[in-house]
Amino acid sequence: MTKKILAVLEQREGTLKRSAFEVIHVAAKLAKDLNTSAEAVVVGDSISNLNEIAKFGINKITHLKNSLLSNYSPSAYTDVINNLSKEIGCDILILSNTSQGRDLAPRLSVRINAACVIDCTQINISGNDIICRRPIYAGKAFVDVKILSENKIITIRPNVFKAQASESSGAAEIIVKEITSPDLRDKVIEFKKAEGKLDVAESDIIVSGGRGLKGPENFHLIEKLAEALGGAVGASRAVVDAGWRPHNEQVGQTGKTVSPSLYVACGISGAIQHLAGMSSSKYIVAINKDKDAPIFKIADYGISGDIFEIIPALTEEIKKVKHS
Amino acid sequence: MKIAVCISHVPDTATRIKIGGDGKTLDPSGVTFIINPYDEFAIEEALKTKESLGTGEVVVITLGAEPAKETIRKALAMGVDNAVLLKEDVSRDSLGVAKALAEEIKSQNAQLIFMGKQSVDYDNSIVGQLTAELLRYNCVSVVVKLILDGNKIIAEREIEGGREVVQTSLPVIITCQKGLNEPRYASLKGIMAAKKKVIEEKTPAQYIPSTEIVSMNLPPAKKPGRIVGNDVSAVPELVRLLREEAKVI
Repeated sequence: MTKKILAVLEQREGTLKRSAFEVIHVAAKLAKDLNTSAEAVVVGDSISNLNEIAKFGINKITHLKNSLLSNYSPSAYTDVINNLSKEIGCDILILSNTSQGRDLAPRLSVRINAACVIDCTQINISGNDIICRRPIYAGKAFVDVKILSENKIITIRPNVFKAQASESSGAAEIIVKEITSPDLRDKVIEFKKAEGKLDVAESDIIVSGGRGLKGPENFHLIEKLAEALGGAVGASRAVVDAGWRPHNEQVGQTGKTVSPSLYVACGISGAIQHLAGMSSSKYIVAINKDKDAPIFKIADYGISGDIFEIIPALTEEIKKVKHS
Repeated sequence: MKIAVCISHVPDTATRIKIGGDGKTLDPSGVTFIINPYDEFAIEEALKTKESLGTGEVVVITLGAEPAKETIRKALAMGVDNAVLLKEDVSRDSLGVAKALAEEIKSQNAQLIFMGKQSVDYDNSIVGQLTAELLRYNCVSVVVKLILDGNKIIAEREIEGGREVVQTSLPVIITCQKGLNEPRYASLKGIMAAKKKVIEEKTPAQYIPSTEIVSMNLPPAKKPGRIVGNDVSAVPELVRLLREEAKVI
């Protein structure tokens, strides 16, 4: 029997991240399905939007507070969340599969003696079992994983479980616990913001460029199209390996796996490892001079032709319709 | 100082996945196996660290079956000193892998351990953190820059929208991300030397799984799309489709 579910929320610069509300939504739904209750926890200094959690289905949160914990510390966060989880007797923990969630979940799983299943896109209950669906091989396949241990930790893929706010809910009960002398064996001492405006992992629109661009000097075409669409710039492995673009823009099996609403592939032929990383995008547009390129097989819309003419024309057309 | 590198033997990223007859595993027929791409950054960083310290030993540890030796030979050819194969024919979940690695790291008394940030088969990305927690070592995951200064570690880890600079100390497990370094190619001399090196085989302690894969499936095939046109004149129609049909802009 499940005792209690704990939604482990992530804050950045004193604000709960959007993914935190997805965690609340999933934890609240699971609690209902398992006929138990859920509460939430967050670690940090002052946090501005804790009251909003009630709208997403959980109305009790413990804020583990210390000014030294405003930034992530793997050792300290693991410690304080582990202690709280034991104190309130939780046996299922839910986190978002963000950089922080992926780092923290396995550490917590060792402490609470739980199996850790990460990057889930579905959580199903079958009799007494919890079965999680998760992509493998960067999305080329997926598995259903049954959790055999009594305690369980699950991370959910961001942007998959849509959190809906309801208007008819009361205020959240916020319990603040001051943490004294946290274990700062490791800690974040600085955050270096990336130069690009948007990160491919978090953007809802991505414009990617490949070898068809012919050289790094032509990537301004991709940047301008991305800007017109309000999206992030992505790149194929070929151009990252050639040193044209930084590796944090790489989409594919050895880069990032993305599922935006719109993915525009320019001058990308569509190697298997690239397709694995982006084929779950909602809409895919391909622009490539080779009409037989594999990318057209998975694209919803394609234009085969000269990308050096088509991309600037597309950028202008999008600016025009956005301003009309 | 003893430096350990944990590597795995995985299907090539160009592999087209076929599901095996049991409906739970990959059909390995016709699949080429390679060294996990992220593990190459781990090997390079271990070798670089040993070279800059001017002393030490790099040992590679792999959990896997007999064919994993091919991958171990590649690491030896790059310049790794010694190798251990924790030999087991069945594959384990992440916690099982971490338990086997932790046991061996402890017996080797390695203080600095490198791994790839994830393997490209099951995409779990948690073995490093699990292993560290089992050993009560420090761990920095998804590292793109590393500075080792005596006992002190400054590591930059890639996160959404930037990098976190993490300060910690030895003993530590570092999981490596693309961008950390440029892995070297094995020299002919290295390849020849690797053939002669002995791969020590050990049997890992038995493990009772914490999870079970009940089924493996392929995603539903995407419906073929449509070619809107063959030149720049198709642009207005494409934008109309994106606005009115897809409603994404």
